[in-house]
Amino acid sequence: MDNTNPSLSISNPHPEHTDWMQKSGLVLVLSGLSVLFLAFIGIAKQAPLILFVLSFGMLLSGSVIYTIRTYLTVHEGVKNNHNFSRSLTSRGVLAWMLGILITLFYIIIYWYPQLLQNVISIMNPFSNLLRGRPADRWFLYGSLYTTAVLAMGFKALLKYRYSNYQRIRTSSVIFFQLAFSFLIPGLLQLFNQPEFYFSYFWPLKYDYLFPSTVHSLINHPGGMGVFMVFWGAAITFIATPILTYFFGKRWYCSWVCGCGGLANTAGDPFRQLSDKSIKAWKIERWSVYSVLVFIIITTILLWINSITNGSIFGELSQNFAKAYGFFIGAIFSGVIGVGFYPIMGTRVWCRFGCPMAAILGIQQKFFSRFRITTNGGQCISCGNCSTYCEMGIDVRSYAQKGQNIVRASCVGCGICATVCPRGVLKLENGSVQNRVSNQPILIGNNSVRLNEQL
Amino acid sequence: MQQHIVIIGNGISGITCARNIRKLSDHRITVISAETKHFFSRTALMYVYMGHMRFEDIKPYEDGFWEKNRIELMHQHVIGVDPIAKTVLLANSSRLTFDKLVIASGSVSARFDWPGQNLKGVQSLYSFQDLELMNENTKDIKQAVIVGGGLIGIEMAEMLHSRQIGVTMLVREKKFWDTVLPTQEASMIGDHIREYKIDLRQEEELLEINGDENGKVKSVTTKNGEEIACQFVGLTVGVKPNIAFLRESGIETDKGVLVNEFLQTNVQDVFAIGDCAQFKTLLKGRKAIEQVWYTGRMQAETLANTLCKQPVTYNPGNWFNSAKFFDIEYQTYGIVLNKALENEEVFYWKHNSNKRSLRIVFMNDTKVVTGFNVFGMRLRHEICDKWLNEKSTVDQVIANLQEAVFDPEFYKSYYKEIAHAYHSKLITT
Repeated sequence: MDNTNPSLSISNPHPEHTDWMQKSGLVLVLSGLSVLFLAFIGIAKQAPLILFVLSFGMLLSGSVIYTIRTYLTVHEGVKNNHNFSRSLTSRGVLAWMLGILITLFYIIIYWYPQLLQNVISIMNPFSNLLRGRPADRWFLYGSLYTTAVLAMGFKALLKYRYSNYQRIRTSSVIFFQLAFSFLIPGLLQLFNQPEFYFSYFWPLKYDYLFPSTVHSLINHPGGMGVFMVFWGAAITFIATPILTYFFGKRWYCSWVCGCGGLANTAGDPFRQLSDKSIKAWKIERWSVYSVLVFIIITTILLWINSITNGSIFGELSQNFAKAYGFFIGAIFSGVIGVGFYPIMGTRVWCRFGCPMAAILGIQQKFFSRFRITTNGGQCISCGNCSTYCEMGIDVRSYAQKGQNIVRASCVGCGICATVCPRGVLKLENGSVQNRVSNQPILIGNNSVRLNEQL
Repeated sequence: MQQHIVIIGNGISGITCARNIRKLSDHRITVISAETKHFFSRTALMYVYMGHMRFEDIKPYEDGFWEKNRIELMHQHVIGVDPIAKTVLLANSSRLTFDKLVIASGSVSARFDWPGQNLKGVQSLYSFQDLELMNENTKDIKQAVIVGGGLIGIEMAEMLHSRQIGVTMLVREKKFWDTVLPTQEASMIGDHIREYKIDLRQEEELLEINGDENGKVKSVTTKNGEEIACQFVGLTVGVKPNIAFLRESGIETDKGVLVNEFLQTNVQDVFAIGDCAQFKTLLKGRKAIEQVWYTGRMQAETLANTLCKQPVTYNPGNWFNSAKFFDIEYQTYGIVLNKALENEEVFYWKHNSNKRSLRIVFMNDTKVVTGFNVFGMRLRHEICDKWLNEKSTVDQVIANLQEAVFDPEFYKSYYKEIAHAYHSKLITT
């Protein structure tokens, strides 16, 4: 009998037990938040640099300590234990509290930024360094957003470290957020160039093809503004269809996009909360394509107005743009999109609202090599794939029939394949022929050939 | 002509049968189950306990699906069948008349009359009710003993581990599940179980279960005479067909309901599928009772055809199965026995992480491949099935192994390393 324990190095196989090191990590995170709160109520105004370093330093270091201790002490593998018995990850009291807090933060930053004056001012030294100008509310927002992606991205890297796809993909969204959505726009301003996000495009960043933005970029001294207009238009109209053809919409939604980046890092603990019902799917199709139509009409109206100097529509097109900015830009993508993470899951905006996702989805559905394949007859209908699909796709309904999954909304995050306990799902780019199939694919039964429709 | 088809059991077999009957016909369908109103994935019960999913998440169809597809569900206990009067007797004393009856009543957990097996805190794991009981029985406990080293045993170990309950596993065999797995794989899984601090006792059996003054389990005594303190005992020594309610029905039974190759019992309009069915005549290379998800599904698909179109014999293709042992996934295609037959040869490759392996079994004269065992990697069912059907040789399989790789993108592929090992003649038996 060989009763030796080969793995005494695994000191703590019980993630639910919070040890002193995890607790110190959590204390640091809470202290970081407390310092931000102190700044908020106006304490130690004269020492903004100290407050800034303390708060962001403790937030980042605390979460790194907690994450390392929580995940590196346990084996590599699926880490979904207790998601539905913990308050925070199963719409319990903690989830509602967090949801309300984030929602409040969004309301304040959009409509009552004066309340944040003190916190914004602690960002001044950093903003001056990066951008050569004092901080504003959007710099504070961008810094917090990037911090969340960094801290929770590190967590995602360790949590999913057994999956190379997840490691590379998570690294990619962290990189694009940090470099393309934070550092480069800041440095552009330092060198007196227009603030520009090279990883956001129309229609997600809707104003990038509005006449006002285009004119102001083109008229900016130096060639950079012209390049930016060219870049945005080229990606929207040329690169997007090509990349989506080869890789599906994931090249953007789960590898580059900042909204997707936040969802797949900070939002990862809430991905199981998306609604999988057929009803939700119906609502999704109505709402996401309505938003797309809305932004297309708005953009066209603005251009007609711009060309005709307002002689046809007058104020109408501006009102369209304002309405879109208020209802879709602020309320939908910001307040609901992120504030409701702990209640409705992580990709509410991407699924029900994002017009970019809508366009990429249409391309993915009809002109793409991307699909998720299922492995013969191996599915046991357990439901892990559907439960952990952040886009609310009932992946299982396809897998148990042996059908490929070709859905407009799939962002290609790959978690279904990562959590499948039977090796049934695989994200693939392949021949367009036979991509969608109604043929019986459940291998193993030679008695009858079935066309699975029900 | 519309008939009334009654199905006893709403597991994968009964439900697959109902769905396929609906696809092929307009018959009235009634599915009876005492367990739960709606079909759920039995294999996923463990994930509910571990908090990965809620019970509603392991139901593969929305509740409205059944009405929409005119499949009547009856949450009732069947206590008898009268095949002559063509009625099913329910626990509430009512009777239901059928034209055709499908018995898909699944299994019950096996027990071996151990002293103390009825104490509080002693249970098996098969049904939804077992899961509820386990949730109750394992509240605030520290130590558990699992008796039996099969697939349910290791699931139970993983479940208990997720709640920080210490686990001792008593396994009669020399190595974990070595009645099915060859020694190397059995050792690898045994090592992995111990990495999770499960106290795996091999060649150890249960003698008796001891209770305290309140009738609750307090310890077990092993055949080697050791007493292990515990507050929970999981008995996972296999399952047997759930057929007690057929005792006086005249439907022929042995261990299970005896059926022919059409899945028909000795009574004309009565059929049996899934865990509870036992084949009178063995199909080549198959067992008399097949107790896995996939065979239940395939038998149901076959029977639906017989009931709605023309009679079809059950003709499963190549055997396949899968499981997961904590973090190590397992797939098998074709037949891999725990000990190779005399006319078989084996190529076995193991990664030095002790978490991945591939076994290919082939005929020693023709080199035709007859089975695959793969751990920690994923192989494409379609390709393995094709190789088995086309009688590919081991050389052909090794040369084309990359075709069968089903691991996610960016995963390290081992097919070159495997091919290298094969060509270095690292062949063991």
